[in-house]
Amino acid sequence: MGSERTAVLGVGQTHYRSTRGDVSMAGLVREAAMRALADAGLEWSDIDAVVIGKAPDFFEGVMMPELYLADALGCVGKPILRVHTAGSVGGSTALVATSLIQGRIHRRVLTLGFEKQSESNATWALSLPQPFSVSINAGAGGYFSPIIRQYMARSGAPELVGCMVAFKDRQHALSNPYAHLRQHDLTFEQVVEAPMLWDPIRFSETCPSSDGACAMVLGDEAAGDASPRPVAWVHGTAMRSEANNFPGRDEVSPQASRDCAADVFRQAGITDPRREIDVVEMYVPFSWFEPIWLESLGFAERDQGWRMVEEGATRLEGGDLPVNCSGGVLSSNPIGASGMIRFAEAALQVRAMAGDHQVDGARVALGHAYGGGAQYFAMWVVGADKP
Amino acid sequence: MREVAVVSSAIHQVEALTFTTDVQLMVPLINEARSAVGLTQADIGFTCSGSSDFLAGQGFSFVQTLDAVGAFPPISESHVEMDGAFALYEAWVKLQIGEIDTALVYCYGKSSPGSRRDVLAVQMDPYTVAPLWPDAHAVAAIQARLLLESGAVSAERLAEIAVRSQHHAVGNPNALRASADATVASVLSEAMVSDPLRPSDIAAESDGGCVVVLAAGDRARSLCERPAWIRGIDHRIDAHALGVRDLTRAPSAALAALKAGAPDDHLDIAEMHSPTTSQEHILATELGLGPDTVVNPSGGALAADTLMAAGLVRIAEAARRISNGEADRALAHATSGPCLQQNLVCVMEGQ
Repeated sequence: MGSERTAVLGVGQTHYRSTRGDVSMAGLVREAAMRALADAGLEWSDIDAVVIGKAPDFFEGVMMPELYLADALGCVGKPILRVHTAGSVGGSTALVATSLIQGRIHRRVLTLGFEKQSESNATWALSLPQPFSVSINAGAGGYFSPIIRQYMARSGAPELVGCMVAFKDRQHALSNPYAHLRQHDLTFEQVVEAPMLWDPIRFSETCPSSDGACAMVLGDEAAGDASPRPVAWVHGTAMRSEANNFPGRDEVSPQASRDCAADVFRQAGITDPRREIDVVEMYVPFSWFEPIWLESLGFAERDQGWRMVEEGATRLEGGDLPVNCSGGVLSSNPIGASGMIRFAEAALQVRAMAGDHQVDGARVALGHAYGGGAQYFAMWVVGADKP
Repeated sequence: MREVAVVSSAIHQVEALTFTTDVQLMVPLINEARSAVGLTQADIGFTCSGSSDFLAGQGFSFVQTLDAVGAFPPISESHVEMDGAFALYEAWVKLQIGEIDTALVYCYGKSSPGSRRDVLAVQMDPYTVAPLWPDAHAVAAIQARLLLESGAVSAERLAEIAVRSQHHAVGNPNALRASADATVASVLSEAMVSDPLRPSDIAAESDGGCVVVLAAGDRARSLCERPAWIRGIDHRIDAHALGVRDLTRAPSAALAALKAGAPDDHLDIAEMHSPTTSQEHILATELGLGPDTVVNPSGGALAADTLMAAGLVRIAEAARRISNGEADRALAHATSGPCLQQNLVCVMEGQ
């Protein structure tokens, strides 16, 4: 019988800001959900089920907030699932929603990721003392900077490649009205001269802390065919996880990342990703993860990803593989939504609805998210054509 | 619907796992459930877990517990911040797609380090209710009071539910509150915790975990002599605000039971996740249980209630009774949220 074809019928995003004090959590998620419904030309009553994801509940101080959000998400009397898979959660959430269509459980599913970081303090939420273990109290940057150093050492990448990525993504963000950081006067020199936070990660090379939500309406083949607007068809989905810490683990290019990419490309029938993928939205919370993932995903040979950055291959203007045309995680980071934004922006590109950051003629796009200690991976390939 | 069955399970519940990490808890349980059907992690098509950061006191707490699975080579895996019964639902959906034949589901909860009734207060509306710190027993007591005053049930009937649970729990190694000597009179003589709820009306709090292995079609038949076939599984949610609900009802439970096909045929047993006797009474009505259905043969959640696991434990307990021939058709139920807000129903059969 095979799995049901799945289409992205609608996308809705809030504006990403450091504080959305004008809305409650319920107001925030409803804003994104209603925009997704409007984009899909559907009503609340058309939705069969809701799949919601967010990062740790400590980020808002609400335990299992989907219980409280059920009313705002119009799912009284409907099923709701709450996904939580570390930083990849937004991507994983979209994939769980996709599986409800692929498995023919439901015909139309609303999926949503959100974070309202201003309600709490993320550094506190990630630094709670634990029995039986020693906290490194270094935050995510402290965790990832040694991995970046390892990448620089083994690839021989020039020191300013990370700054090039950060400058590029902040420039891309100027074309995205939803982006959090819109730094019109930013210069490359300012990126380079920014304070060093976790050597080699400068302040300018890190993601912001954002409030925001992103939603998608997914539908089955009949719903996709009936959609009044262009849809994005799901060509492949994959999730992989691996243990955090063991001898011999390749932390720069984890096997889970490589396996996940191989699986999603196999499903989508892609053998030469650099040539066959038109645009990528990848999870880059620290600038150096762009060249790292370019290699791990197979867009560049090992130790060569930084050359693509240096050559401008990943730029919206003139690049042959534009990466993070929305500005990426470096420009907006409502953590629980960040993965879903990648998936949604990939869908917008192949629907030719990405506005000023549209890649001309984009037909096939990759959405990518990762989390934990680079352990959790979620990816999808979407296309303008029905698979 | 593709045929999917519970082929193996493992349960561990105790009063407090004070000196045991989540990984230490789950390593033997996961090994027990996998090895009972001769599987290693390499044979598992999809893994899904359920747990709560608020119980662990740590963000991304489930990341470390992945060590208990043996996640290398990398696995296809997901996690829900929900009871393990909902993780089982996600795994069942993956099996419906048809590309895999096996799934591992696990969950765990350790509430003993904190005050559970206070922790659950932060599940309420964060702007208007949670700041008042309504403790979970008090919220359940409002519901019980409304139920009693509606005339739908008497205090004696609630005590009978408590007594039946304690009798059934005798012989269940995972039950904390079990007594062959419990009587209605002894329960009614207990001092109130939150009027009208007495200690025996409220689930015994436990720490623990549960693991279930699912398999599809012929794979299930090859792994297990008598698999517990999932004939229907569905979950629904009601409104959150207590003020907009009729708290003497749980319409989401009735709807989930209907969608799961529970009323289609006779049920030999029903394992319900009811944190109070009053909620068990409401559920029995909403799920449409007849007088000849044996309710909570394990003692149910009243005998041991592990947050994030009690629902999956119900599925495991019901599946065991199908696999050992005690029952031909069983219902298992999980709940989440205040006053039975969210409900899952799983109907299983031996044939």
